[in-house]
Amino acid sequence: MIQFDAVHKRFPNGTTAVHDLSLEIPEGGVTVLVGSSGCGKTTTLRMVNRMVEPSSGTILVGGKDVQRQDAADLRRSIGYVIQQAGLFPHRTVLDNIATVPLLLGWGRRKARARAAELLETVGLAADAGRRYPHQLSGGQQQRVGVARALAADPPVLLMDEPFGAVDPVVRTQLQDELLRLQKELNKTIVFVTHDIDEAVRLGDRIAIFRTGGHLVQCAPPAEILARPADDFVADFLGAERGLKLLSLKTLAAVPQGPAPQGGTWTLVLDEARRPLHWATEDVRLPVRALKDTDSLLSALNESVASPTGLVVRVDADGRLTGVSSRDDIHEHASRAHAEVGVAA
Amino acid sequence: MYELFKNLGTWLTSGSQWSGTDGIAHRLAEHLEYSLLATLVAAAIGLPLGLLIGHTGKGAFVAINLASFGRALPTVGLVVLVFLASGLSMWPVYVALVALAVPAIVTNTYAGMTAVDPDVRDAARGQGMRGGQVLLQVELPLALPLIMTGLRLALIQVVATATIAAYVSFGGLGRYVFDGLAQRDLVQVLGGAALVALVAVTLDLALAALQRFLFRHRTA
Repeated sequence: MIQFDAVHKRFPNGTTAVHDLSLEIPEGGVTVLVGSSGCGKTTTLRMVNRMVEPSSGTILVGGKDVQRQDAADLRRSIGYVIQQAGLFPHRTVLDNIATVPLLLGWGRRKARARAAELLETVGLAADAGRRYPHQLSGGQQQRVGVARALAADPPVLLMDEPFGAVDPVVRTQLQDELLRLQKELNKTIVFVTHDIDEAVRLGDRIAIFRTGGHLVQCAPPAEILARPADDFVADFLGAERGLKLLSLKTLAAVPQGPAPQGGTWTLVLDEARRPLHWATEDVRLPVRALKDTDSLLSALNESVASPTGLVVRVDADGRLTGVSSRDDIHEHASRAHAEVGVAA
Repeated sequence: MYELFKNLGTWLTSGSQWSGTDGIAHRLAEHLEYSLLATLVAAAIGLPLGLLIGHTGKGAFVAINLASFGRALPTVGLVVLVFLASGLSMWPVYVALVALAVPAIVTNTYAGMTAVDPDVRDAARGQGMRGGQVLLQVELPLALPLIMTGLRLALIQVVATATIAAYVSFGGLGRYVFDGLAQRDLVQVLGGAALVALVAVTLDLALAALQRFLFRHRTA
């Protein structure tokens, strides 16, 4: 879908931003470009829509050389989201979202109708459309930024550290929203971040860049975590890369048994069989029940936090299905590592 | 002193003083005509220049140095100079007033353009706006508050300085000042000066209010 062929970018001041990059980004799915600052990831992204021109090499989008297309036309056909959203402060939220449709000559009525539809898609209330950007929170502004990029339904979405400027709680929400949207829309998304956790969370594939514009490794997150190409990648992934790998595995395969009866701790349920808390005669501790779709990492965490070492499992409606033992979870965690070949 | 202000009050409020070709109403209209025309011409020169410099980022030194140049320019000297070159006409007055107004307009327009958030400009290009669309749809509207401040400053300066029209025998409120000086009629001099100040302050307040109304949706 997007193809870099021997792309080189040197800035007039002599620094090489991207060094001999050949990379194929497949159609559909999220490809995350990650690396520390100055590694060329943003330059790489911006060469796709010609916000930066390569010094040599070719870039194809959908089989067509971007250099041979009119830059403005090309950009209208590619969604672009930047950090701080870059919304137009003098236009209402609705008119911000309608930017590209208006540039494409859809006419005001149709463009606004489409914008109103997108407000809902990105989880904003309809009356937010009449507001001005400065009246919204950082997270809401970023949602508008995403809506604006989606307005003309482009097949490709470029996102340049879009969630870099919001607090961690909002960032997690926005990441969840993006994953939900992506499930629905299945765009080809290229996402730049310096946060490896964000990369692991969002990426179907991760491309790791090193300072000087070298692409070091490009692979699915599990593979990168399991088999970092070199010490640089291993360092970048950090000391907890084994745990990060567990965040990609779900709990579904871990066996579960009935909740214990008559021990020191009793699992108290409500009338719908939803777990309420662990209790002894005089102590109550909260319980955080996990679904099959939760990660092995959160299971490991619960097995440590739970007073009994048992992880409480529930179905999609929150009703108790059983409990898993610490040993079973540990065994599956080790097995997950063995599968992808991490040295313990 | 008290006598002087009492006479000034009588001068300003007497009906006969306001009517006729030498009346305040007519002189005021002349004064506004010179001022508005000069500011309009200055805007026609200064706005495109400031926008161009701001949009391309080229020639910024012109915009910056023009401000100090404008302050240093001796207006009366310029009037005399053009008067000697062109003879008796309104040309010297307009040249001087326009030269006075252009720097404030260019400098403020340029300042407004540089104050546009680079992220917003980047986003505009990234959404597929062409150069002219970025300028007209994003940069110009965002720079508008400062552009209007420049126009306001220019107009106030021009109004205050348009008295020089009378120096080369034309009308405007300066007529009272120069005639009064020649006739040693202090009341008339003061009356003219007070009127000029009043017009300048009134215009400034009115335009400031207009700006506040137009940009009420903007932050800071």
